[in-house]
Amino acid sequence: MSEKIPIFINDKEYNVEPNQTIMQAADTLGFKIPRLCYHPKLSIEGACRVCIVEVEGQRNFVASCAFPVSPGMKIKTNTHAVRRARRDIVELIVDNHPMDCHTCERDGNCELQRLAAATGIRARHFEGQRKRYDEDLSSVSVIRNPEKCILCGRCVRMCSEKQQVHNLTQAHRGFNTVVMPAYDLPMAESVCTACGQCINVCPTAAFLEKNYTQELFEQLNGTDTVKVVQFAPSVRAAIGEAFNLPPQNMEGQLVAALRKLGFDYVFDTQFSADLTIMEEASEFLERFQNKGKLPMITSCSSAWMKCLEQFYPDLIDNVSTCKSPMSMQGAMTKTYFADKMGIDPKKIYSVATMCCTAKKYEAARPELMFDGMRGVDVVVTTREIAWMIKSAGIDFVNIEPEKADHPLGLSSGAGAIFGATGGVMEAAIRTAYELYTGQTLVDIEVEGVRGLKGIKEGSLKMDGHDIRVAVAHGLGNACKLLDVVRKDPDRYHFIEIMGCPGGCVGGGGQPYAAINTIPLDDEALTQRAKALYDLDRGKTIRRSHDNPDVQKLYKEFLQHPLSPVSHKYLHTHYKAKLPVGIIPKDAKNFEVK
Amino acid sequence: MTELAQDKMTTLREFMAEVSQKQYADSYLIAVLHKAQELFGYLPREVMDEVAETLQIPTAHIWGVATFYHYFNLEPIGRHVISVCMGTACFVKGAQQVLDVLKKELNVEVGKTTGDMLFTLQEARCLGACGIAPLIMIDDKIYGELDAKKTVDIINQYRKAAAEPQKGT
Repeated sequence: MSEKIPIFINDKEYNVEPNQTIMQAADTLGFKIPRLCYHPKLSIEGACRVCIVEVEGQRNFVASCAFPVSPGMKIKTNTHAVRRARRDIVELIVDNHPMDCHTCERDGNCELQRLAAATGIRARHFEGQRKRYDEDLSSVSVIRNPEKCILCGRCVRMCSEKQQVHNLTQAHRGFNTVVMPAYDLPMAESVCTACGQCINVCPTAAFLEKNYTQELFEQLNGTDTVKVVQFAPSVRAAIGEAFNLPPQNMEGQLVAALRKLGFDYVFDTQFSADLTIMEEASEFLERFQNKGKLPMITSCSSAWMKCLEQFYPDLIDNVSTCKSPMSMQGAMTKTYFADKMGIDPKKIYSVATMCCTAKKYEAARPELMFDGMRGVDVVVTTREIAWMIKSAGIDFVNIEPEKADHPLGLSSGAGAIFGATGGVMEAAIRTAYELYTGQTLVDIEVEGVRGLKGIKEGSLKMDGHDIRVAVAHGLGNACKLLDVVRKDPDRYHFIEIMGCPGGCVGGGGQPYAAINTIPLDDEALTQRAKALYDLDRGKTIRRSHDNPDVQKLYKEFLQHPLSPVSHKYLHTHYKAKLPVGIIPKDAKNFEVK
Repeated sequence: MTELAQDKMTTLREFMAEVSQKQYADSYLIAVLHKAQELFGYLPREVMDEVAETLQIPTAHIWGVATFYHYFNLEPIGRHVISVCMGTACFVKGAQQVLDVLKKELNVEVGKTTGDMLFTLQEARCLGACGIAPLIMIDDKIYGELDAKKTVDIINQYRKAAAEPQKGT
């Protein structure tokens, strides 16, 4: 650590670390300078100028997010002049923004709204021309509303720096600047992977998920269908935040609330997470023993699947043929469950509550259909279901917890940790090890694959064989890892990839950041993951293959992992979808079959 | 792509191959786009796609650059580009009337191209020949001291030339 330097903030002396910005130094001292385009995980843009401060000797106010501290620097964060300039800056942004707060989806969760309140905008002085654009409603997952965009550029940086998808850019200039995909393509035709991270980092409502709540309310009021719902592991870990609670496991409350909303059966996607592990671990062992294509890469993350098809088509054969837990659950709902209950599968309305926007895209994929049906008819995000619960007047916080229904509701601890990065790998190791060696894995908590490090590596011994594994979360980290795999295909045996930062807990459909927190804050992601790891630790059954309901499902319907029945309903194949323009060099010679 | 366009594409590919050898090859993006516009008259999508793939620059980034600079045309332009000087001197001497005459005669708005792809109509700031205001520039040729009739006559000259069989091509 280098020696601390003295600086003055508002006439008081402090000693701070050198080599940081004024904003970073001020943060450590309890001065939270107002900010907008700044995000700690992204590069510094310095575009909004909201974080200006006065620095002695500087002709103009400086953007504290981009200005480094130096010894003896005299900084003033709250003078009359700074406050007025800051207020005018925010007011100018507000004046080019639709005045429709109370009909806006981000009402109450909007950073611009909070900033306007905090800077004290109580009148509009600059009313002038305002930009007007149509919404882009083409995508089934992510909608784009340039009229609400304030050009902070967080989404562009998220999409290119963190996710490496490079779908968004700021096109045109000055007053006419718009955030859009290349060629102003509709989102549905762009290279968007539907991960929804643009929604997470957007301070306003310029990006939103496609909302299916009204359609769902309508269906729930109908009487001619059997309404079945499933919910992902990460939903229970984060939904409390939508009700101003810290991240914690709210599984019981969620089940009870879903029943109160009118669902006939409430199932748990964690059941199918166990099922996925049965199939995926078996598939891995089959590839490993029969010299199949390795490394095998997981296929649970829908955003990652689109990324694969577009940018890594040469690795399609490396990806597990398993459908995601959501789609497996949908398939089992409309086959095994329907059969057991004597319900016509066409009468089942299958709903999935997910932490994810890309799942909306996945649910509509033709590759995942069976017997002419979709496994999941509609997907709603954590945010949407939280709104529905509020809108229906259900007292979520005080509700009596309930348990999910059989036969697709019981899960092991392994199923729970799917929601955190490394969780699928850990769950797969627990089962694969025991299936392969016939011995019990004593130390089932695989610490090496947990945590928020971008790329995690590890190895374990299975009957003298060294199995090398790697885990990446966020598509940018995934790309880095896969570029290594392209050059050195024998380096790993098994790879887990999740499209979102932190895995599903950081999904594009999770509750918006609360007041005074940053979206995708590491602390919040860690807390959500902890809720799932605690859930695992609290269970007596912690291995997928020990789940009695999964065992029963195999006995009564699927026979055994990788059986022809399993293949029909639980597996699929993806095809290359080469985007024009940015085909990575290594994939260029790949032939589209 | 037509044979002619293929030739242009070959030239562009050669240019890209040359800059690809340089240090910081992706910093030559604007130079490559200039070359493309010089060859094609505008930036066709297929060309931007190929630039993206060759220089390994995301298409969205190229789109951002191409739309930022007014210099780059994103739609095909006419064989002749008419720039009407709207500088102060020309404006005082009746540039607006000249522009209105052109709009009516060509039946296009500013920034657009006629249906026969012969003319693209543009506005320009001062072209620096205020002594002969009001003036227009067609391609790189200046026509000054204009009135409505003179303007229409000039357009008709170009139309006549275009109707004649072209020599040497």
